Amino acid sequence: MAKFNMHLLVCGGTGCRASQSEAIVESLNKRLAENGLENETKVVTTGCFGFCEKGPIVNVLPDNTFYVSVKPEDASDIVAEHVIKGRKVERLLFSDPETEESVSDSRHMGFYKKQIRIALRNCGFIDPENIEEYIARDGYLALANCLTEMTPQQVIEMMKKSGLRGRGGGGFPTGLKWELTAKVPSDVKYVICNADEGDPGAFMDRSVLEGDPHSVIEAMAINGYCIGSNHGLVYIRAEYPLAIQRLKTALDQAREYGLLGKNIFGSNFDFDIELRYGAGAFVCGEETALIHSMEGMRGEPTFKPPFPSECGYLGKPSNVNNVETYANVPVIINKGPEWFASIGTETSKGTKVFALAGKINNVGLIEVPMGTTLREVIFEIGGGIKDGKEFKAVQTGGPSGGCLTARHLDTPIDYDNLIEAGSMMGSGGMIVMDEDDCMVSIAQYYLEFTVEESCGKCSPCRIGNKRLYEILQKITKGEGTMDDLEKLKNLSQVIKDTSLCGLGQTSPNPILSTLDNFWDEYVEHVTEKKCRAGVCKSMMRYIIEPEPCVGCTACARACPVNAISGERKQAHTINQEICIKCGACMEKCKFNAIFIK
Amino acid sequence: MNRINSLADLRKIKDDLQAKIHLREKSLEPEKLVQIKVGMATSGIASGAKEVMSFLIEELEKRNIEAVVTQTGDLGYCFAEPTIEVTLPGQQAVVFGSVDTRKADEIIEKYIKNGEMIDGILPTNFEII
Repeated sequence: MAKFNMHLLVCGGTGCRASQSEAIVESLNKRLAENGLENETKVVTTGCFGFCEKGPIVNVLPDNTFYVSVKPEDASDIVAEHVIKGRKVERLLFSDPETEESVSDSRHMGFYKKQIRIALRNCGFIDPENIEEYIARDGYLALANCLTEMTPQQVIEMMKKSGLRGRGGGGFPTGLKWELTAKVPSDVKYVICNADEGDPGAFMDRSVLEGDPHSVIEAMAINGYCIGSNHGLVYIRAEYPLAIQRLKTALDQAREYGLLGKNIFGSNFDFDIELRYGAGAFVCGEETALIHSMEGMRGEPTFKPPFPSECGYLGKPSNVNNVETYANVPVIINKGPEWFASIGTETSKGTKVFALAGKINNVGLIEVPMGTTLREVIFEIGGGIKDGKEFKAVQTGGPSGGCLTARHLDTPIDYDNLIEAGSMMGSGGMIVMDEDDCMVSIAQYYLEFTVEESCGKCSPCRIGNKRLYEILQKITKGEGTMDDLEKLKNLSQVIKDTSLCGLGQTSPNPILSTLDNFWDEYVEHVTEKKCRAGVCKSMMRYIIEPEPCVGCTACARACPVNAISGERKQAHTINQEICIKCGACMEKCKFNAIFIK
Repeated sequence: MNRINSLADLRKIKDDLQAKIHLREKSLEPEKLVQIKVGMATSGIASGAKEVMSFLIEELEKRNIEAVVTQTGDLGYCFAEPTIEVTLPGQQAVVFGSVDTRKADEIIEKYIKNGEMIDGILPTNFEII
């Protein structure tokens, strides 16, 4: 057997694959072979490292050198310099934006310093398509211990003691959910994994499935043992092809090793998992809608109770948990509930994965202990706001969440604090906004999403959200009145109180939280017809300052609607009646004479 | 066929597979282990640094010593190649010159195992900035 003394880990997540990481693997292998090193240096395709901003990532071990933004043609340098001669390729190292020094070791990068990786423990570390690497990392040990040495009730007690709560957003205690489903007598029960990740900007579930599919499979089997179920189902959106492919590979390997199937670990427990594909409807993340969609019916929610734990898939008791929740389970069994409960806050234990997006320097996937503050996440791990701009708000919890502002920056993040602050945990999307974002437009964007995704079953959500959207449209067009703001508030409350499922009950949150935190901005839009961020086009006016304008006519020639007039070598003017606010003139002006007011 | 039928099976397979990713796990906390850097510049390679490196990797494993062996650039002692730098946990790095496999064996047995100083240490009186 070849004895490898160096491993080159290459990120094979969707993001890095889009930037040619497969070609990087190929050319690394080619270069290694050319130098006769194919039996000494091993190239491993892993899941997501999380530092998507600077992808594709190549991590060289054992010296832990972290190469960023690697291109296929860089492979020759990595092999010739680093692998053969042990010299780091300086130009590919991550350079600290503050000190401008290059950091070679990922452990010293601000992005990784504060992170604790539990759910993402294997992402970017093992090859997700190789069950052996998972087993080598204590994979399936938790399942083996549960099946051979513990009773289902003991395992449930462990889960309860750990304090793990649902990572899909609701935050329901996982152990309690398992216990409830276990208690309902039935010949057939189902374990369902909710992989219908729908929040805009959230990609942690996809990354776990792409980077460590076996952890979810193992946890589902443990779940099955606890509640007395032999059937697992993963409801995954069809637009995650790579996650589906890796999950299928993992399932096949698990069956081959006898880790799924009959008499697992010589016990009398049988378990297997099937996949069900969703069409990518947001509402299908709601458990009752998800179940209906799996049954082949329309993805519409139904009133709870009865909860799925009593009457779920095909009318049988079903336990629905989210991908990230499951990824925590094997570690809790292996390391003990006390260990897990020692991380986090009083009411929220463990860690949470967040997907950082928006106007932030380090876009990517991070995992931090509950109780970490927004400031730490955004400024230390996230590296602050892009282009040195001013932080304005952070949207958490997706379309169901809200916008938090600078005064919330020092709030420790956990389920309860976020709700108190007017937002929610959701699945963990964090979209950061700067001074150039208009909060009314942001609210409008989320409402547009909800209107699109509402299943239409109950009228508050179907009609109410549409009306909310129309009012917001009116305001961003500069036609809003103070009355409209009042209506927004009232209607939002009614929709929250009367909608059938979580989608409608939370859809007005982006409006309510922005009304709360950015009331001035709404009032400005309505009374002064002004958008301070310069986003709402109808309120923008392009103006030519006569002083710097030299009358070069460049702007007039660029204007697609001939709104600019003026004599050669004389200051020009824009006819506001005709102007469509496309900004073409401003781009063309070499004298900085055109301004937005 | 690798079918796993019991907890004992799993443990056994795990132990066998451990070696595959052991290198990666070691790299998480290298400062807690013996770290060895082998000077792999042209002069080092020409005088047999590669053989020394393979020897170190194999022997350390055989003798159950947890170590991280990496290559590095020219250490600057071209008169004494191959050179290797050994850092025991919590100690200053020590550079050995003219290391062949016999010398490497001595380094493992005496310096790494017992912390005993042996001949062949090159003075490192430069400062690293």
